[in-house]
Amino acid sequence: MDVLYFAWVRERIGLPREQVDTQAATVADLIEELRAREDRYAAAFEDLSALRVALDQDLSDFDAPLKGVREVAFFPPMTGG
Amino acid sequence: MRVAVQSAPFDLGAEAESFAKGNTRMGAVVTFTGVVRDVEGGDLSAMEIEHYPGMTEKAIAKIADEAATRWSLGDVLVIHRHGRLEPGERIMMVATAAPHRKDAFEAAEYLMDYLKSRAPFWKKEITADHTGWVAAKDEDEDALTRW
Repeated sequence: MDVLYFAWVRERIGLPREQVDTQAATVADLIEELRAREDRYAAAFEDLSALRVALDQDLSDFDAPLKGVREVAFFPPMTGG
Repeated sequence: MRVAVQSAPFDLGAEAESFAKGNTRMGAVVTFTGVVRDVEGGDLSAMEIEHYPGMTEKAIAKIADEAATRWSLGDVLVIHRHGRLEPGERIMMVATAAPHRKDAFEAAEYLMDYLKSRAPFWKKEITADHTGWVAAKDEDEDALTRW
C-alpha cells in the first residue's frame, strides 16, 4: 500500500510517500512495524496523541482495519483556515 | 458549490462580486477572508502551507455538503491557497448565500470552524531565525463541539 507523510511527520521520516509491503491488520499494527524499522520512524511515531491518520483520504482511527485500504496517510493535527 | 485549492492568489473583489450576483432568491451573502498574520515582534518572513492533494478537495466538499444540509443555502464558495505566502496575503475565503442572513452567517462560521481542524492543511511559520510548524489549538478542536 502507499503510505504518505505530511508536515513534521514527513520531515522526521525524510520522505513524502513510500510503498509498504505489509500484512498489518490495523493502523496500530502498521505503526508498530514502521517504528521497528529505524530511529527516524520511531521518532515520528513516538507520540500517537500528536498524530492523525487518514485511510483512502478519509480521517480514521488507529484501531481501524487496513483490509482493502490502498492509501494510508500520517500527519499532525490540521491547521487550515 | 465551488471548491478551489490553489497556490495562485485570488481576486477577493471579483470572487465576491461573481458569487453575489445573479441569484434573486438569495437575500444574504456572507464572505470571510483569512489573511496571513504577522507573528508577535513582526518578523514573519513567510508562511508555507502544505496540503494533501486529493483529500483536501474531498474534505472541503464534505464540510460544505454538511453545511448545506444544516442550513438553507443557495450556494457555497471555498477558496484555499497552499504554498509560500507572505504576511498580509490572503490565504483563503469562504462565501455563503442564503435567503436570510442567519443561515448565511452561521454556515460561514461552521465552514471556518471545520476548515481549521478537518481540512488537511499544515502551516509552517518562517521568521529570520526560526522555522516551525504551527501547532493546532485546543480551542479550535473545542469549537467543533458547539455544532
